[in-house]
Amino acid sequence: MTHETTVGVLCFPGSNCEHDVVAALEGLGAPARIVWHSDSDLSGFGGLVVPGGFAHGDYLRPGAIARFSPAMDALRDFAERGGPVLGICNGFQVLTEAGLLPGALMRNAGMRFICTTVECEVASSSSVLTAAVPAGTVLRLPVNHYEGNYTCSAGDLAELEQNGQVVLRYRDNPNGSTGDIAGIANRTGNVVGLMPHPERASSALLGSADGLPLLQSFVDAIARGGGASQASRVAS
Amino acid sequence: MIFSVAVEIRPLEGIANPEGLTIERALPALGFSGVREVRVGKLLRFELEAADEHHARHEVEQMCEHLLANPVIERADIRLEAIGATK
Amino acid sequence: MTGSPQSAGSDPDRAVVPVGTHRALGLTDEEYAGIERVLGRKPTAVELSMYAVMWSEHCSYKSSRAHLSRLPTEGPQVILGPGENAGVVDVGDGLAIALRIESHNHPSAIEPYQGAATGVGGILRDIFTMGARPIALMDGLFVGTLDDARSRYLLDGIVRGVAGYGNSVGVPTIGGQITTAPGYRGNPLVNVFCLGLLRREHLVLAAASGAGNLVVLLGSRTGRDGIGGVSVLASSEFAGEGAAKRPSVQVADPYEEKRLIEACLELLSAGLVVGIQDLGGAGLACATSETAAKGGMSMEVDLSAVPRREPAMSGVEVMTSESQERMLAVVTPENFATVRAVCERFEVEAAVIGTVAEPDPDGVGRLRIRDEVGGAVLGEMPAASLADDAPRYRRPIAEPGDLAARRAVRAARLDPAGRHDDALLAMLVDPAWIYRQYDHQLFLNTVRGPGEADAAVLRLAAPGIAWQGKGLALSCDANPGWCAIDPRAGTAATVAESVLNVACTGARPLALVNCLNFGNPEHPEVMWQLTEAIEGMSEACEALGVPVVGGNVSLYNASDGADIEPTPVVAVAGLIEQLASPPPAIGWQNGDTLVLLGEAAGSLAGSRYARDVLGERDGSLSPVDLAAHLRLCNLVAELVAAECSAEPAGVLHGVHDVADGGLAVALAEVAWRSGSGASAEVARPEELFAELPPRAMIATADPTAIEHAAADHGVAARIIGRAGGGRLAVSGPDGAILVDAPLAALGEAMTANLAGRLDIAPSAH
Repeated sequence: MTHETTVGVLCFPGSNCEHDVVAALEGLGAPARIVWHSDSDLSGFGGLVVPGGFAHGDYLRPGAIARFSPAMDALRDFAERGGPVLGICNGFQVLTEAGLLPGALMRNAGMRFICTTVECEVASSSSVLTAAVPAGTVLRLPVNHYEGNYTCSAGDLAELEQNGQVVLRYRDNPNGSTGDIAGIANRTGNVVGLMPHPERASSALLGSADGLPLLQSFVDAIARGGGASQASRVAS
Repeated sequence: MIFSVAVEIRPLEGIANPEGLTIERALPALGFSGVREVRVGKLLRFELEAADEHHARHEVEQMCEHLLANPVIERADIRLEAIGATK
Repeated sequence: MTGSPQSAGSDPDRAVVPVGTHRALGLTDEEYAGIERVLGRKPTAVELSMYAVMWSEHCSYKSSRAHLSRLPTEGPQVILGPGENAGVVDVGDGLAIALRIESHNHPSAIEPYQGAATGVGGILRDIFTMGARPIALMDGLFVGTLDDARSRYLLDGIVRGVAGYGNSVGVPTIGGQITTAPGYRGNPLVNVFCLGLLRREHLVLAAASGAGNLVVLLGSRTGRDGIGGVSVLASSEFAGEGAAKRPSVQVADPYEEKRLIEACLELLSAGLVVGIQDLGGAGLACATSETAAKGGMSMEVDLSAVPRREPAMSGVEVMTSESQERMLAVVTPENFATVRAVCERFEVEAAVIGTVAEPDPDGVGRLRIRDEVGGAVLGEMPAASLADDAPRYRRPIAEPGDLAARRAVRAARLDPAGRHDDALLAMLVDPAWIYRQYDHQLFLNTVRGPGEADAAVLRLAAPGIAWQGKGLALSCDANPGWCAIDPRAGTAATVAESVLNVACTGARPLALVNCLNFGNPEHPEVMWQLTEAIEGMSEACEALGVPVVGGNVSLYNASDGADIEPTPVVAVAGLIEQLASPPPAIGWQNGDTLVLLGEAAGSLAGSRYARDVLGERDGSLSPVDLAAHLRLCNLVAELVAAECSAEPAGVLHGVHDVADGGLAVALAEVAWRSGSGASAEVARPEELFAELPPRAMIATADPTAIEHAAADHGVAARIIGRAGGGRLAVSGPDGAILVDAPLAALGEAMTANLAGRLDIAPSAH
């Protein structure tokens, strides 16, 4: 079976990490292309990334307006069909606002923007981002956010933990996130959101290459033709 | 009718509110010692044209649900006041 | 003349201007007479307001311009020197960098968040107006000491403002510097540097050419932001009137700027604009007159076409508004539809507000402001007169009467039998509290971020411009302590330190930009400080081979009658030819030998120890031997560059400059960053804290190789100690212990002195 392998990187007017994500994916040999948010046709892509930035200035709430873009309707269809979707930082915020992932991201507990590199531990391999990275692996990943403090209802939290949907945890929580959560997946593992920036840890010259195994997992999932079948294999 | 609308967006009960906590911690240092339960939200004001108060309220509720508030962490209280007739 | 300016009716733009109005606008009687001379008649309200903003100190540099020509501005790499929106320098491979630094001092004193944020927005526009993609910001911040609540409030707001704008607009803030001193309490300084990368063929200038071309205003709508702000805010002293002046504060919108950047870069790279100019301090008055004057053309401006944010704005308000996030583009009529389509995609408003016209029959390019197309002329003036005919002052210069006496004060000595742990701990500052609030990693270029090395190191690349292996080193430096006791030698030393900082990352300096922050130029001693600083900068730049490609002068920095200490800020950009491995960080490894390179330390005069610990502000600054310093920089750059190749030499484990705070502070910073102590010996007790000349400390396992290299370059080298253990211990020549502190104490002091004072929510008063 043939399928699309190009990664579409959604770009809202205030996105700013789209070039970095494309560069990191291309560094892994994965073709990637920026897609403008008004584009409603995402049929040429085997995987989608919502990158970091400030989608619409984020004056109301991060990601609050982005979910109404035509590209987000197409992304929702893609995700429901099991397509691999990755939301990084602002992209994670967009995916929670759009209801594709549970919970919400609030202001950091310290009430300041944080840009630094933190240690994270892979908590579950049941996702397109972590399938190739064993649980317990510690990665040094940059974070860069003001609203990265993950919260959700007690019920959602219990479900996330029970289903292995928490994919990444901080070892030294920088922002007050519930359960030290740095990244989560949906139930089927094909939609993942995380606050750290794997694309910024894509070269030893830049201080860390620890983001590459995560992005490689995502690229591998696309090469296999989607997230749902892959995630169910992991779960079985 | 034209309505003056105020939408107060508040953090849900039980949801952490770092903005409020920070202020609550800072105030005693300035000599304000009796302050408790500081919660920081948002207040939006706008004018709205609608047939009557019922329709106006319904429309604002829809706005809150779809955009203005995030129901996962926030609730919205709506206040309406008729300020004039439609021209 | 056709459609002569009218002066009738109740409209403020047409009303007769009352006698004496110019004084309220900050113009002297002589300057007003100059306007009448240029026009050959009395100015209209619109004209008067435009001359007032354009002839303010902030826009015209009327007190400093005569002296700035002393600065060396030439070099084979220089494409554009001072006088443009930004300096432009060749970096090879068909690429160039555009760089500039600018102050936003007075706005930040009134409203620190918005003041700092709009400062970032303004400097970004200066860079992308050249066709360059902004890839790096740095900030030079100066506030009062942090025991003062208002200074904490200002620093907190300023840092939030830089972060709030830079992070959101998507340009990393990769470095900067922070100084706290009592003199900045009422007049903080916020200097913002920006660097952009461009393909040489995309360089665009701010000139309006081609009669019939359209004048297009891009970006935000025009409101009453900062009306009169330039002359009122930037050209008169402060007297604690912050609250009263608040309404003229400009409000920043980084989301608008982000879209404006993307739209403009697309327009410029597609060759869709003839010329482009950002709207800065004097708004439309400046942008229209400058583009017309540079193109040698006339320009018709139709005020009714300017999109407004507020109703009932007068022509005066529209022409002088400082509303942010706006650009003025000159576009051929054929290209306008395409320009509009690009702008629509980025949700950027584009309005045709005028046309370029042939110069008038007398050969003069005039700016004509009409209330609507074909409507009444509200103002008509030679376009060049707003900039070129501005007054230039040779203000009186006088060295301070007590200069000789103050310089004769003997520098303090250090007790050779005493312990100086507390003095050292009080001087340690970890600026991480600041830079962790800044996105310093965007664009995947940051090889050495803030705090990691003496200069920030970036890959020379940008979105759309692939990395070809080179690196860029950036350092932003100032030392008002040195300049206060000797503005000439102090400024030269500041330049020397900045050049050494980029050398410590393996770079050769390419260019320097400066921001000259001084007090009231009507005080002869301030003019003396300014001219001395320019002289010192010129001497150092000539000796070290660094051209000055741009600058900004901020005067009237004073509060309640006291001028600030002279504060020249410099930013140096350097090139690393091959950046295959990161340059050694500020650090060492256990067992390393520590080698100090450079001339022997001088006196404590002007040092932070003398100022902050002893309260001593007099003495003679130890001069920097610039020829010896050049040899030092070349040696260090060579040693470090050898570590940046694909196969690092492995000789250097770490490098750190020794200047601000002296050797003791440098040792403590490296020890803390390395998590490893050291024992060292100084030649005399004062060497602990003496700051000049700037030196470099190398950590190596092969000191012989370093000593040989130093000998080859004619640089003094001395082994001062060895890294290892859990304490920093420094002894004097007689073996007496001068400093002995555990690493934990160093770390606690680093955090307590900055973060510890700011991590509770600050209060305004």
